[in-house]
Amino acid sequence: MSSIGLLLILALYVSILFYIAYWAEKRSHSKWTNNPYIYSFSLAVYCTAWTYYGSIGVAAESGLSYLPIYLGPIIIIPTWMVILKRIIRISRVNKISSIADFISLRYGNSRFLGALVTMICVFGIVPYISLQLKSISDTFHIVTKTQSSENIFTDTTTYVCLALALFASYYGTKYVDASEKRRGIVTAVAMESILKLVFFLIIGIYVTYFVYDGFGDIYTKAAVLENFEKKNSIGDLTNGINWFFLCLLSMFAIFLLPRQFHTAIVENNKETHIRTAMWLFPLYLLLFNIFVFPIAWGGNILFEDKGLNSDTYSLLIPQFFNNNFLTVLVFLGGFSAAISMIIVSSIALATMLSNNLLIPYGFIGSLENSSQEKNSKRILISRKIGIFLLIILAYAIYRIFILDYSLVSIGLVSFVVIAQLAPSFFGALFWRRGSKKGAITGIIVGFLICFYTLLIPYAIGITKSSSLFIQEGPWGTALLKPFQLFGLDYLEPIPHAVFWSLFFNVICYAAISVSFKGNYRERNYAEMFVDIDKYITNHEDAFVWKGTAYISDIQKVLQRFLGEERTKRAMTIFNLKYNIDKNITTADARFIKFAENLLTGHIGTASAKILISSVVKEDKISLTEVLRILEESKENIIINKKLTDTSNELKKISIQLKNANQELVNKDIQKDEFLDTVTHELRTPITAIRAASEILHDDDDIPEELRKQFLQNIISESDRLNRLIDKILDLEKFETGKQKIYLSKNNISKTVEKTLLSLKQLIKNKKIGIEFDEASKEIKAFYDEERIIQVIYNLLSNAIKFSSETAGKISIKITEKKEVVEVRIHNNGKGIKEEDFEAIFDKFYQSRNQNVKKPIGSGLGLAICKQIIEHHKGKIWADNTETNGATFIFTLPNYNTTENY
Amino acid sequence: MKKILIVDDEPNIVMSLEYTFKKNNFEVFIARDGQEALEILKNQLPDVIILDVMMPMVDGYATLEQIKKDERLKHCKVIFLTAKNKEKDIEKGLSLGANLYVLKPFSVKKLVEQVQGLI
Repeated sequence: MSSIGLLLILALYVSILFYIAYWAEKRSHSKWTNNPYIYSFSLAVYCTAWTYYGSIGVAAESGLSYLPIYLGPIIIIPTWMVILKRIIRISRVNKISSIADFISLRYGNSRFLGALVTMICVFGIVPYISLQLKSISDTFHIVTKTQSSENIFTDTTTYVCLALALFASYYGTKYVDASEKRRGIVTAVAMESILKLVFFLIIGIYVTYFVYDGFGDIYTKAAVLENFEKKNSIGDLTNGINWFFLCLLSMFAIFLLPRQFHTAIVENNKETHIRTAMWLFPLYLLLFNIFVFPIAWGGNILFEDKGLNSDTYSLLIPQFFNNNFLTVLVFLGGFSAAISMIIVSSIALATMLSNNLLIPYGFIGSLENSSQEKNSKRILISRKIGIFLLIILAYAIYRIFILDYSLVSIGLVSFVVIAQLAPSFFGALFWRRGSKKGAITGIIVGFLICFYTLLIPYAIGITKSSSLFIQEGPWGTALLKPFQLFGLDYLEPIPHAVFWSLFFNVICYAAISVSFKGNYRERNYAEMFVDIDKYITNHEDAFVWKGTAYISDIQKVLQRFLGEERTKRAMTIFNLKYNIDKNITTADARFIKFAENLLTGHIGTASAKILISSVVKEDKISLTEVLRILEESKENIIINKKLTDTSNELKKISIQLKNANQELVNKDIQKDEFLDTVTHELRTPITAIRAASEILHDDDDIPEELRKQFLQNIISESDRLNRLIDKILDLEKFETGKQKIYLSKNNISKTVEKTLLSLKQLIKNKKIGIEFDEASKEIKAFYDEERIIQVIYNLLSNAIKFSSETAGKISIKITEKKEVVEVRIHNNGKGIKEEDFEAIFDKFYQSRNQNVKKPIGSGLGLAICKQIIEHHKGKIWADNTETNGATFIFTLPNYNTTENY
Repeated sequence: MKKILIVDDEPNIVMSLEYTFKKNNFEVFIARDGQEALEILKNQLPDVIILDVMMPMVDGYATLEQIKKDERLKHCKVIFLTAKNKEKDIEKGLSLGANLYVLKPFSVKKLVEQVQGLI
């Protein structure tokens, strides 16, 4: 493949990525860019060219040892739910934008610590970036079959790096506020993660199933190679310990690498995204590792004794079979892996450099007095230049130093350097006593040790000068041999360095933290970090500060970085949140913390503190006072919570009371209406009786026939009166629960028959046809027969009353269901309106709902039916399912169900 | 001979009223509810109408409203005869333009006197 051709493909590929980033930036709130999958795939920035090529190299040279780098993260990821969530919360409320911010803020917002962490990161990561550039360069030359040129200006890869540096510096600095989300970059990185995995799987499948005949075939052929068995076993205890330290190292790396911190924490949009990442990311690592082994040993078989760089087997194999397409595909995958690492790392590092080193130590003074536009511009430009220079610096390191080292060895050195942050980082999350002095000492001591045990020997190795220093130690002191410090001789160089550096790091951190108390500020932040869940909503409350400060002074500072518009908006939000009068002129602790947070995203925590302190007068507070205030604020938070709880409770009760009251009012209205109707109903027969009696009394010459009729009227109206009173009493008994129901085993068809018999005359008079199929069937149920007869009688007499004048028809149907027996009584009369279905069961329904219209019957029949059925634990209702007329249905619990009770 | 229209859905009460007014030389018309009453009023111009309030279909209040709309019937005297004895019911009845409001149960003799007093 020609260089120009490959460069064109690269240009096309990069412009597609560029477009994706551009597209995603414009849709930064859509669910296409803001979802847990994008988040999870962006975490796979962990898999760099080192994974893509280096793992194969390790697997080919030394068998299984490529695994710990992936096992470590997989082991620790289940704890993300707790640890990562906390880190995300702390970072969100404090507007933290890098690991340097995170650590330095926790230890009292220390400017020095922030700078130190930044330096460590630069030290660790820049060579790591070089490594990526090296891989791009190496593979580029392999694919194009060219030699890398000694003159960097004639080497094409130089220009690839330049292009990369420009791309990264353009896209990495969209926002002044470094804690803002960069959806474009993240989406592009996630895309690249998918591509590199897919391409890697393609080459894996190609090697395993097309070059060879499956895993078994490769194994059989590889097994005869020299040292196969030795390389492919974990080995003895010493090896196990080596593995342990490598796993530990990669566990730390997944939290501490600036690019991981950036993708996992700064770019996290939602805490819930962690849940998806917790399974998707390990799965990703697993998939990535499936084909490492077949490719490595497939390559070993093919290129035995040819002295080729095993890191590049995945390119060499397709090239060996003249498969240009696959070769380019693999190259693009590796390129993706490399550039996502380069871009994310350089953005993270540049932010740290500007926010934790350049601004607080450099041009903070000049920022103080400039306008907002100028400040923003300067900060952005400083970051742009930072990103650009970092990549160029990395390229230079690659050209000067690491032309000869394998990918993995440099990567691991990088991991060890970064791991020095582990004690103070995890201490920040869980240990209140951890102090600034302890953290600084720990990090410096740890770094010095790894400088001595790794960096110096590696540097010596590079220059190929005498290695007496490594062999015999300085001045021949065996105890100080850099790879066997203090006589520890059974660890490999990397685990050895991990052990000693972290050992002294932890000891210094812990011992100094315990021996010397930190200042009040450290303790304050310790409280906020460790108890983040408590302070998550009102974290400004947890900030302790005493002194004199004027809002207008602070406001002026804010305006210089946020602009007038945003400052005003932010202050309105603050005043609303804490219910503060906007005319107040003095600032309290909450406002100081709030202002610091606003600035933090722009200029880092340390500079934010410096700027704010320059306009306020802070009084010193003793540590005990801080603790007292914190205790108080904790109590306040608890009391507040209790108060809100109580007030919610009260609200609930008052709603309940209101409802109860409404119910009472309704009941009262109902009772009034009931009484009204009852008296009216009672008065009607009395009126008839009184009128008839008066006539009989006063009128002597009344014809005999009429006299009898009047007397008959008196008798029937008296009966009516009596029936009415009976029904009212009946209903009252049911409603107050005084009515007893005597359950016994009965045959419901028989009961219906009996009721029909008593209505025979009425039915005959109206010439109604009765349809009753189950008449002779035995359907048993438990019920009080006398009461159920009352119900059926009522329903049937209604049915008779309302069935059609001509050709009236009533059908009765009894069905046995799983748990109930259902009785349906249908007539072919006028039917009932659906909206009345429920109301007809109310007492005196007709009179109430039709205002003054006369009820037919007493208006109590259905109400009593309902009471009776409900006392049997059954249901009664009306429905319209049949084409014309009305249907009343009631159910009684099944004989069997009842017996089971 | 004076004409009287009795509107009530209770047959036994109607029977007593019919007997009494006939005996006192009235020509008596009977309707079971408001609708029937309005039908009868299309052809007849009674001097007095006795109206129950609670009746099926068209109630007493609605019937009176219809009567008041009819120019021909403006000389008709209207008496509510009802068991609705609440103050607001009485007020409503009178405000609709009834000449008298008589509560059930009532004295037949006294009712005849009241009717005769009206005409």
